[in-house]
Amino acid sequence: MADVKTVEKKKYSRMDFTSDQSVRWCPGCGDYAILAQTQKVFPDLGIDRENIVFISGIGCSSRFPYYMNTFGFHTIHGRATAIASGVKIANPDLSVWVVTGDGDGLSIGGNHTIHLLRRNININVMLFNNRIYGLTKGQYSPTSEVGKITKSTPFGSLDRPFNPLTLAMGAQATFVARSVDRDTKHMQAMIERSHKHKGTSFLEIYQNCLIFNDGAFASMTNKESKADHVLHLEHGQPMLFGNENKKGIRLNDNVPEIIELGDTYSIDDVLIHNEQDYVIASMLANFTYLDIFPDPVGVLYAIDVPPYDELVVQQIDEAIGQHGTGSIKELLNSGNTWIVE
Amino acid sequence: MKKTLKNVENVIIRFAGDSGDGMQLTGGRFTETTAIMGNDISTLPDYPAEIRAPAGSLAGVSAFQINFSSKDIHTPGDKVDVLVAMNPAALKVHMNELEHGGMLICNTASFTKKNLTYAGYESNPLADGSLEDFFNVFAIDMSKIVLEACSDMDLPTKTVGRTKNLFALGLLFWIFDRPTETTKSWLRKKFAKRPELIEANVRALDAGYNYGETTEIFTTRYMVDKADLPPGTYRNIVGNYAVSLGLVAAAEKSNLPLFYGGYPITPASDILHILSSLKHHNVKTFQAEDEIAGMTSIIGAAFTGNLAVTASSGPGIALKGEALGLAVMAELPMVIVNVQRGGPSTGLPTKTEQSDLFQALYGRNGEAPIPVIASATPGDCFYTAYEACRIALKYMTPVFVLTDGYLANGSEPWLIPDVDNLEPIEVKFADTSILIDGQFLPYMRNKETLARPWAIPGTSGLEHRIGGLEKEDGTGNVSYDPENHHQMTLNRQQKINNIVNEIPPTDIYGKTSGDLLILSWGGTKGSCRSATEDLQKEDKLVSHVHLRWLNPLPKDLGEILIRFKHVLMPEINMGQLSKIIRAEYLVDAQGLNLVKGKPISKHRIIEKVNKLIGS
Repeated sequence: MADVKTVEKKKYSRMDFTSDQSVRWCPGCGDYAILAQTQKVFPDLGIDRENIVFISGIGCSSRFPYYMNTFGFHTIHGRATAIASGVKIANPDLSVWVVTGDGDGLSIGGNHTIHLLRRNININVMLFNNRIYGLTKGQYSPTSEVGKITKSTPFGSLDRPFNPLTLAMGAQATFVARSVDRDTKHMQAMIERSHKHKGTSFLEIYQNCLIFNDGAFASMTNKESKADHVLHLEHGQPMLFGNENKKGIRLNDNVPEIIELGDTYSIDDVLIHNEQDYVIASMLANFTYLDIFPDPVGVLYAIDVPPYDELVVQQIDEAIGQHGTGSIKELLNSGNTWIVE
Repeated sequence: MKKTLKNVENVIIRFAGDSGDGMQLTGGRFTETTAIMGNDISTLPDYPAEIRAPAGSLAGVSAFQINFSSKDIHTPGDKVDVLVAMNPAALKVHMNELEHGGMLICNTASFTKKNLTYAGYESNPLADGSLEDFFNVFAIDMSKIVLEACSDMDLPTKTVGRTKNLFALGLLFWIFDRPTETTKSWLRKKFAKRPELIEANVRALDAGYNYGETTEIFTTRYMVDKADLPPGTYRNIVGNYAVSLGLVAAAEKSNLPLFYGGYPITPASDILHILSSLKHHNVKTFQAEDEIAGMTSIIGAAFTGNLAVTASSGPGIALKGEALGLAVMAELPMVIVNVQRGGPSTGLPTKTEQSDLFQALYGRNGEAPIPVIASATPGDCFYTAYEACRIALKYMTPVFVLTDGYLANGSEPWLIPDVDNLEPIEVKFADTSILIDGQFLPYMRNKETLARPWAIPGTSGLEHRIGGLEKEDGTGNVSYDPENHHQMTLNRQQKINNIVNEIPPTDIYGKTSGDLLILSWGGTKGSCRSATEDLQKEDKLVSHVHLRWLNPLPKDLGEILIRFKHVLMPEINMGQLSKIIRAEYLVDAQGLNLVKGKPISKHRIIEKVNKLIGS
């Protein structure tokens, strides 16, 4: 009997995912925290390092691949999702990650983002949302709130912002989640969930830009205010928030409202989160930019839909099953031919 | 009644009608049969951009021209011998290109008052005698005859009426002594699920054939002998199909999966359609959300180790420009096909032009050299696509293939290539044997070609990062160093210059020196060759050189050019290649620049040559 070798999964440490390039974000940038959590969680994902590809576009966040010791491609503005689509379809065995920002992924690259989501190619998108253009030094972005005073809007911005999560829901994403740069453990969990999801995972990460938009998410990260401003979502769990989880979300005739737990309402009145419910997920996504509601973080939506890249392989296999593997000789000689002697 | 059979060398037929009259189909069927009969052929479809322009309008006229011959021919021809005009608008648009004394066949049923007015006729030209002085007119009520032929069938009049093009085809088959069987078996396949349509169309076809045979209107049939083509197995081929086959051949020979990313655009869409049907050849087609995604998806596929290809036309190529720069910077192999059409902007989507040469050569920011190869004939599209793949993979570079609307939709009989004789394509992905002291250098170069290694994701030990920022020579790390940038600019240019070593010595048709050299590229080859043949018959010292590679240009071109007193460059643009030739070789190349959305006629070339050298 031949020797049976057990193939052991390679064991990695955080250092194995750290490249030799020095990191060049501004000191204090939220991107550092995201990079650190990514490098920390990747050894536990069980993917061989050579099978990981990071693709980015242009912007501060897009420098990310240079710092990951995996395969990486820092491409052009807005096109990371389209390039990643090519990578994943070309080799579905790879674990493909896109790092993008609110400008890269929602402005110049908005079209590719929505089409990636609707196709459901098995790619993980991490969209760093700092609601500002950092690399070009401080213009408002498509997620900046109305009235934003920036270099290009000295009298305040006029355009209404995109809400990345409602956009993703509208584009029929199969996995929609959010995390915050300061919440390291949560971010690790979200990265892991993104990886596990089969299909496109859309993970928005609120990220503080210390230089051009400091404090954009302060209410969600400050000790005093975060309990009231963050709604932590967990599948099958009631939607509670506030100090000692004393507040909750309930539906009153299909309209969401905040309730205080106590004499009038109990935990039984609180809405239970269901990741597979499109209506609930859309409702939650809409909480953002509505001042009365806390901003949801966690997995809003996750459903199983066959990923595009798998269907591509399936179609090819079926075609080969039907016609046999094609040969160019046969193809050239097919159709009406005639012989000249 | 006795019918005479007359032997002729060459016939040019144009089928013209309304967009809905099925003229492309009719032309296609005539072509197929004629090709199988062994004639040399060249075809030119000419259709409007509108799918259905208002019926009967001048804008809605669709035409298909075929030139077939017992001799070697290179173009669809200029003036036509036979014009089939299915309605007054078709007659109006195409009458001027019918030879005096030529055969004019019209469907009288559509010469109604309304259609006549629509086409701008005050009176019916078929009735007022205005045509008989010039042409041999055959006015036939085709619609009525097909209705009679199908009168015992339970089919709507409208459906039967649509078979009138098959009547015209059958008549032409009779006139030119061709069999109807190929078309019948094609009909049986096409309408396999609608037997009643097979029956109606076959009846219409036979009705046309029998009309020629039995009526006394037609007294002469014409025969065109087989052409003296090199021996071998032939098929009829259009350019877009040939491109697709060339790509599939390159994928098979290089043992790579073919990845095609693209967005629908006239006249390139057929490449997407054809490749989509070849999944069992391990072809992945990705209809992207836009031209940019078409381009960038193939950059991703190239990074991942597939044979990556996109095709488009001018406006689409413009959108791909920025990504092409990335492809140059990342030094990844891929092929971009531009099926050129009339420009600028939306221009003339269904017409041909050669005006995207500068776009291919220079249409990017920065110094971003890309090799450019151009197809000369529909069949040649196979070889240029194959060659482009070979060079892209060998030199790790994007490569442009320029075809055009005329080549893409035009056809010719094609000697099927022997795959075993195609130049081999060897691809070796990098592995850890390439490491130097444990380090991988993504921009370390092959000494002969200057190509960098192709290290694809999935290869343990070769994890590396690349991108659009300037690279440090060797390591590929981001570098802002001025000397390094200069050096890398030179490296990228030199790598493309090295491709000159792949170009065989230039073939000169005619004497190696003389009074005038016709220098051509792309789809104008046929007209230039025909013009040269005619001029040489008159003992003119005229030779012809056709360029296949436009970047780099062949090594020996400069020394050839100076051996001629004049250099004439016919181009369907305002003189794009002639500007380059003048700049590169300091010769007084003269242009013949006709931008009319159609191939340049040989007569215009001959006229211009005679002007330059004196007739």
